[in-house]
Amino acid sequence: MSTLRRLRRRDAGFPPLLAAIHDPPAALFLRGSGDDALLARPAVAIVGARACSAYGRSVARSLARDLAAAGLVVVSGMARGVDGEAHRGALDADGVTVAVLGCGIDRDYPAAHAELARRICGRGLLLSEYEPGVEPAPWRFPARNRIIAGLCRASVVVEARERSGALITTDFALEEGREVLAVPGEITSALSAGTNALLRLGATPVTSSGDVLEALGVDPVPVAEPGAPLAPTAAALLERLRDGPRTPDELVRAAEIDPAQASAALVELELAGRVTLDEGVYRVSI
Amino acid sequence: MHVLARAITHALVGLEPRRVEVEAHLQPGVPGFAIVGLADRACQEAKHRVRSGVVSASLEWPFNRRITVNLAPAALRKEGSGFDLPISLAVLAATRQLPPERLAGHAAVGELALDGRVRSVAGALAVAEGARRAGLGRVVCAAQSAPEVALAGVEPVPVEHLAEAVSYFRGEIEAPAYVPLAASELASPEAPDLADVRGQERARRALEIAAAGAHNLLLAGPPGTGKTMLARRLPGILPELTRQEALEVTRIHSVAGLLPPEQPLVTVPPFRAPHHGASAPAVIGGGTGPRPGEVSLAHRGVLLLDELPEFNRSVLEALRQPLEDGVVAVSRVGGHALFPACFELVGTMNMCPCGARGDPAVECGCSPQRLAAYREKLSRALLDRFDMAVAMPRPRATELAAPPGEGSAAVRGRVEHARERLRAAAPRRTAGASELLSSAVERLPLSGRGRARVARVARTIAALAGAHEVEPAHVAEALSYRLPAELPS
Repeated sequence: MSTLRRLRRRDAGFPPLLAAIHDPPAALFLRGSGDDALLARPAVAIVGARACSAYGRSVARSLARDLAAAGLVVVSGMARGVDGEAHRGALDADGVTVAVLGCGIDRDYPAAHAELARRICGRGLLLSEYEPGVEPAPWRFPARNRIIAGLCRASVVVEARERSGALITTDFALEEGREVLAVPGEITSALSAGTNALLRLGATPVTSSGDVLEALGVDPVPVAEPGAPLAPTAAALLERLRDGPRTPDELVRAAEIDPAQASAALVELELAGRVTLDEGVYRVSI
Repeated sequence: MHVLARAITHALVGLEPRRVEVEAHLQPGVPGFAIVGLADRACQEAKHRVRSGVVSASLEWPFNRRITVNLAPAALRKEGSGFDLPISLAVLAATRQLPPERLAGHAAVGELALDGRVRSVAGALAVAEGARRAGLGRVVCAAQSAPEVALAGVEPVPVEHLAEAVSYFRGEIEAPAYVPLAASELASPEAPDLADVRGQERARRALEIAAAGAHNLLLAGPPGTGKTMLARRLPGILPELTRQEALEVTRIHSVAGLLPPEQPLVTVPPFRAPHHGASAPAVIGGGTGPRPGEVSLAHRGVLLLDELPEFNRSVLEALRQPLEDGVVAVSRVGGHALFPACFELVGTMNMCPCGARGDPAVECGCSPQRLAAYREKLSRALLDRFDMAVAMPRPRATELAAPPGEGSAAVRGRVEHARERLRAAAPRRTAGASELLSSAVERLPLSGRGRARVARVARTIAALAGAHEVEPAHVAEALSYRLPAELPS
């Protein structure tokens, strides 16, 4: 277990961006093997619904992966759904991620994310303004969101219902004059009502990780060309998946190939990071 | 005058026959009838059936004697009504209504009706096997039990009535002939055909692989997508049982009393689908004297656990031993027994408790906590026993209107070929295939056990394809059947 430490506002290592908000916490409790100085590095928040869709999960993960690979610190709240995927995506890219908790620093909440917390501690930091032993409570989470927004130069909302906690984060971000970005969703989906409303109010739409990097003025890392060229079957299936998410059976029928070949080709695409699989549905990675 | 006579039968401990000597002793004194030797209730009630049966057969019952029947060894628990016939034969021999020496070389098993007719009992096959081992050449039994007795390689003496048995022992008639059932009468019951399944190409393919490699299969998807329908068609594409396997299965089904009289030998792989409310003893085996449970009834066949997360956690955990060892040890008051339980497990589950997940037409209303609780009901240890998992999304209307798919017979042909190939020389991985597997372990959430599972499934896929080596494409397809990341890991 990594040691707990405390960082007071007047300490030199206190993140300057957080110190600049109008009610910064008096002190931060830290856990994890990450260097305290990483809090001063350019960071981006990725937040969203806990009960998110497969689309939200996939977007949050690949977005976090790309942004972490570009050298940004990915900050989120370690909740289920979008938050968890954002941390996982950053870890996938061997990047640095910071989780801001709404409870005492010694707690892993939710308990299902204990393993995730352990992995975050490996390279990054867990952070809280609450002393060890403080129980999670509903009213602590909005306060936690102010720290998430405060640490970051930009906040990205992946999926949010109309009255989502993620929108509290963007409210704080806007108050402090930070960048707010939102991932567009289907206009018929209740899970995208909050993000689409943000876009209507003028948030920057995210159509690729490049949009986020551009908003922050960070140079995108040159995308590594996919090593081996795709086999013809895989390429044909990828082309069909660009029309929208499909189940393997739909692809088999549309492309008129046999199920064994299709399964093998889809795994090839998955290993190449070109598609993601969620609950039996394949979709193209952004 | 003291008179003693002896008849032989067998009691079952699990599936194992134990020789039981039925001794009848008559002595003068206060008239009475006692059965001793740890006889259970059904066995005690034999007194009434035997007395009525003997009288109905126009034979004499020694009403004025004190009758003691001992079932030896006395320490072994005896269950059931199969002792009726040997008890009555022993009493009749003791009263010299039939020559006692003629009982030698015979075993007897059967229940008596009050009018003296002989009824069949469960477990006749195992009793006959006991007789064969004890060197007894003939088994007197009900006509309905005769095919089972013949299976054990012992000559059956099928009798309809106690009087017939007595005439036989007196030498008044020849042994009633046993006419084996013609092969056409042994026709196996119609199994549902795979041609009924429309669409679901990937799940069909997975079913074929599971059949060829005897892999345990997990089907996940919203209700009404044909998970159960597909699982019910698995026995139909498994190879027929060998004679040895058929005997094993028949013995278990005989003990459980599940053999239909017209089908004494189970030749097709059995299919069992216990309800999710089933208790652990019902699934694993139990009872006062150990009885085979569903896992043993599915021996050499398929055990379908429909709605897997709805089963009691204790039942699911208890499945781990038979899944690992292929046998299940049951310890009860009435003794210990080992039952074979080598089956292929098929589990079905919804993607969430409300069932809407994975269905584009409905929105799922399950909270993340409820969803996690549903999935966490399946322990990692149990999920580890599933070699393959397939998501079955809701098919579109056009798929359901599609022409019928390939029939079971064609698929079974391929499965049989693949099994032969796996038996002869299991294909080995090429360097490229091993490399793909290693890179998958790095990139996908795949445990060490998961890797071994993928390797096994890939071998089956190669065998199905008729390849001599496991190629990268086979590993890739096997990877597509790995357990999804959503399940607890």
